Amino acid sequence: MKISKLVLSTAVYLALSAVSYADKASDTVNMAFLKELESADVYFNTAREGLLLNHSVWDGLLYRNPETGEYEGNLAESWTWINDTTIEFKLRQGVKFHNGEPFNADDVVYTVNFVANKDNGVKSQTNVSWMDHAEKIDDYTVRIVADAPFPAAEEFLAGPVAMYPNEYYAEVGPKGMAAHPVGTGPFKITELEPGKHFVLEKNDDYFGGPKGMAKVSKIDIRTIPDMNTQIAEFFNGTLDFLWNIPADQAEKLGAMGKFDVVNAPAIRVGYITMDAAGRFDKEGPMTKKKVRQAIYHAIDRKAIVEALVKGSSTVIDSACSPVQFACAQDLPTYDYDPAKAKALLAEAGYPDGFTIDFYAYRDRPYAEAMMGFLNEVGIKTNFSYLQYAALREKRAKGEVPISFQTWGSYSIADASAITSEFFTGGDWDDARDPEIMEWLTTADKSTDKAVRKDLYKKALTKIVDEAYWVPLFTYNVNYAMSKEMDFKATPDELVRFFTFGWK
Amino acid sequence: MYMYILKRLGLALLVAFTVSAISFSLLFMAGDPAIAIAGENASAEDIQMVNDRYGFDRPIVIQYFEWLGKAATGDLGNSWYFDLPVSDLIADRLGVTMLLGLLGMSFALLLAIPMGVAAAVKPNSLIDRASLFISVVGQAIPSFWFGLILIVVFSIKLGLVPASGSTSWKHFILPTIVLGYYATPAIMRLTRAGMLEVLSADYIRTARAKGLSARKIMFKHALRNAIIPVISLAAVQMGFMLGGSIVVESIFALHGAGFLAWESISRNDLPTMQALILIFSMFYIFFTFLADILNAWMDPRLRIA
Repeated sequence: MKISKLVLSTAVYLALSAVSYADKASDTVNMAFLKELESADVYFNTAREGLLLNHSVWDGLLYRNPETGEYEGNLAESWTWINDTTIEFKLRQGVKFHNGEPFNADDVVYTVNFVANKDNGVKSQTNVSWMDHAEKIDDYTVRIVADAPFPAAEEFLAGPVAMYPNEYYAEVGPKGMAAHPVGTGPFKITELEPGKHFVLEKNDDYFGGPKGMAKVSKIDIRTIPDMNTQIAEFFNGTLDFLWNIPADQAEKLGAMGKFDVVNAPAIRVGYITMDAAGRFDKEGPMTKKKVRQAIYHAIDRKAIVEALVKGSSTVIDSACSPVQFACAQDLPTYDYDPAKAKALLAEAGYPDGFTIDFYAYRDRPYAEAMMGFLNEVGIKTNFSYLQYAALREKRAKGEVPISFQTWGSYSIADASAITSEFFTGGDWDDARDPEIMEWLTTADKSTDKAVRKDLYKKALTKIVDEAYWVPLFTYNVNYAMSKEMDFKATPDELVRFFTFGWK
Repeated sequence: MYMYILKRLGLALLVAFTVSAISFSLLFMAGDPAIAIAGENASAEDIQMVNDRYGFDRPIVIQYFEWLGKAATGDLGNSWYFDLPVSDLIADRLGVTMLLGLLGMSFALLLAIPMGVAAAVKPNSLIDRASLFISVVGQAIPSFWFGLILIVVFSIKLGLVPASGSTSWKHFILPTIVLGYYATPAIMRLTRAGMLEVLSADYIRTARAKGLSARKIMFKHALRNAIIPVISLAAVQMGFMLGGSIVVESIFALHGAGFLAWESISRNDLPTMQALILIFSMFYIFFTFLADILNAWMDPRLRIA
């Protein structure tokens, strides 16, 4: 690194001046990301921040209407399942990318074939690995062929799978796309400093479609890693929109009466998983159904939600999020009943309880509350609070007897993104129940919605009956905005910038 | 003297090497880096892919020496997180950190040395007590809290300066105060102690007896001697400020090298972390040297040793 470069960058910091005070008058929404986004290329980031950019800067073939939950055509005008593995799309005509490149079947074929090829190293393989390839029928007709029957295809095509311009992407690749993103979406990125700063400007030539035209002309996003600083900027009016605010701070902001604070359910759920299959300890207490049921009875989930999680969170008994397709909610449950928990423990041969290692990786206060409830019925806990990567590795190896976990399902509104992830015999399957595996694998290959719903309900019911998990609660998100701003939160944690407006 | 410098240089390089080797292995102890890179929602498939790409499943020793070999030729590799050259990332962010470090250190010296001298001239006076108070407070306040209080008062209440960012000189005022104040107490106390000792020395009495002006005694004879240990301390503090402005950079969203280091640790971004550790240890070595040379220049006795 050269000294001159340092001097120059220092000089630039000093020379540039003036804070942009944004509001309704300048038609700019200023907001912040908490974390540095690794890449603006949506296939090479795994963060929610990236998903937000994805939905506003690019388009998928389909769109899921957040109000009805139904899929609508976006870059595709219509689509039909040719067979269990093939969907044919009629593409919208006259759509242009931000760089002027026209959108047609070649773009779809190039994008799909690029991302589905493992060698290209797309980060979230789950989003793309179900696709085998795409074929061009004519300029505006294209087919996507899946590896195997994949009923959640529409959800993925309406979500993370964005369409890229073939000529541009072939030329610049993921790094070029990250530096100068080009999509078809309602906003175009006009300024970008990797990880630090993004400026989105309204795309006046947008084709409209189900997303509609953007209502504000500019969105300025800075990365401010400290939530307290974000709140300070918000007070100053240099930020107009906050998201992911912790519950206690959201309450205080709401009480001030100067801002609009909105709480919306998130797709992420919390759960306790137990070593029912005996991978950690063959004869361990977690392998006994009565012990697991005792734990289910021992934890006052409602109290945790009311005192800690707050907002619009609800207690769940499903091993998935209520907003997901096929996630049945009419399931058996276990009341909070410490006396019954003690009785069950005694029946299982632990009248005096036992001691066990309890693991968690986030939301420490929630985990501590759970351990408090366990202690009350005689289960003593040694607490291990680990980094996510460390806990995940331990769990995959079957070294964790009991842990508090959460899962965000990549924002996929289909139960397969969570239930199948954890109950089909993979590394993270702590139950290894052959019957559940069978049901879920059948469900995931079926394109018949009724059949899927039925099989999922069977699996979810058995998970509760056997108490493989203690499903705990749904998470929620808090947003705060200036009173001038108009924004309607949706239950999928997606901030759709194109719905931002002024009152 | 040259032998002495060479010896110290060898020792310093050994320190840098050991630090980098330890930090390299620590990273692997904090969990599989593949999982950290793949992210919280990654499937087993994603993680395997990361492993295939970066070869984390190979022995750590081999991975370390591979990195070291490339680093020796100036190739610091690509960040695993950003997939950009580490040297570009650091070049982009080191400017802010160095500017902040220099400003912070200047602030600390300008505040601490006059206070230390004043306190030593009239020990146990009101001014001595006041500077003691300031230094105790500086030692006790955690910088994340102090930073927020400054933001609340000067940015939100008074609206004088922006709360965060780095786009104008005004953005650097609060971070400079927070970072500089943290280094103030130690420098102030050391200046005071040094001055007290020197002022009671025989040669000062002689100087007074010769009829030299109080000003000349103070600055030419006393301060110059009392300041020697302060320079060593300031050099060490400077190294600390460059590497340790993590909290300040994070509160004020400055995106400097300290913050990059901190984030790289939590993201298990090994190439970035290793390069930063290397650079920060170089800074320490450089500043320690600088202190030695400055001291030798100011104190002829050291030139012979």
